[in-house]
Parts: sequence; structure tokens; C-alpha cells
Amino acid sequence: MRVELRPAPFDAVAEVGDYRAAGGSPGKSGATSIFIGTMRDFNEGEEVGAMTLEHYPGMTEKHLKEICEHAAGQWAVHDILLLHRTGDIEVGEDIVLVATWAAHRGDAIDATRFIIEDLKHRAPFWKKETVSDGERWVDRNTSGYSAAD
Amino acid sequence: MSIIKVKFFARIREEMGRAEDQVEFKPGLKVSDIWNRASGDDEMPEAMLVAVNMEHVKGDPELKEGDEVAFFPPVTGG
Repeated sequence: MRVELRPAPFDAVAEVGDYRAAGGSPGKSGATSIFIGTMRDFNEGEEVGAMTLEHYPGMTEKHLKEICEHAAGQWAVHDILLLHRTGDIEVGEDIVLVATWAAHRGDAIDATRFIIEDLKHRAPFWKKETVSDGERWVDRNTSGYSAAD
Repeated sequence: MSIIKVKFFARIREEMGRAEDQVEFKPGLKVSDIWNRASGDDEMPEAMLVAVNMEHVKGDPELKEGDEVAFFPPVTGG
């Protein structure tokens, strides 16, 4: 299991490939489930130019690790990779990567979904967006579905 | 002197005008006492979240010597 905060941009797809290549037990996991969250250029009807992601040093890392440990206890996953950006983020950059490996797809997909949803609801991060007339804090995360936003 | 370390994040940090406080510990001290002292008796924002020693807490727990208390708005990561 690897859980890391990243202050600099990362390529989520390449990170999954590198982690899997270094994993050492090919054939064990029949399923890999990946979620990548990327910075949009719009939010709440406004164009967004950039973003700063604040966190609570110590608590954020601890919380992310606990989420992954909980998922590993709940579903039969072999491994978890969780990376999350901090600091100044540009449009199009990856913000979060959740990847899980399991024997079967159900465990991998459910564990990935749980990790990203729990992270969005409880992990101490705060987004501040740069919009046309200045900066604004994001007050809440969306539900995850366009129709309900 | 034993202290309670107090931290503010995001919008709360900006509104308070500082990131940290240190408060002298007294037996019976609660989270609401820390907030009232830090904010000058402003009402606690309804949506505000509180962590003690980096764990989310609900209600108004009593604090222990050396605790770290953090006040922050709803989280928006991911």
C-alpha cells in the first residue's frame, strides 16, 4: 500500500503503470480499478483558471491511510495506491489517483469507490479557486453526478 | 505551563486572521471554550468541523492537557 501527498504535478496513468511494474506478483490480481480526479476549467457555472489545495499536515496523511486500511479490511483487495495533490494546481492536472488491485472486479471497484467517496466527505483538504473576479473557497463537494449537482 | 494548541484552516483561518493559537490548559476546558476565546464569543459556524488530536469530533468534548484542536470548514478534497 502506498499513500502519498504530492506537492508537484504527477501523471496518474504513469504512476499506476510504475507501481504495478514494481509490484512483483503478476497474475495475482485479476482486477485493477482506477479513479483519477482531474482539475476542471469550470465549477458552479464559472470558469476556473487555477486552484490551491490546502490541507492539514499530519491529519490529512493519517486520514488517507485510515481510509485505505478500512477499505482493505472491508474488501478483498491485494494492494492500494492513493496519491493526492496539494498546493497550486493548474487546469488539466491530476488531483487524485485511487488504484486498487484484487482477484475480482467487484472488490476492486467497490474499494475504489469507497476510498474516493470517503476522501471527498472526510479527508481534510480545502479548495480555493481562481475565477475571473478573484479567488473563492469551494464550500462543498458535489454529489458526484451531474444531474444532482 | 501546559497548553492546548489550536489550529485554523482555509476560510476559518482567513476569518480569524491567523493559523494558530496557544491556550493555557485548565481542567474542564471544552472545545466550545476554545472557540469562544479564539473568536471573541462569535457563534460557532453551523457547518464548521472540529478535530481533536487529528480525529474528527462531534459535540463539545472536554479536552486533556496537550491536546491539539483544529477548526475548519467542510472538506473539499478529491
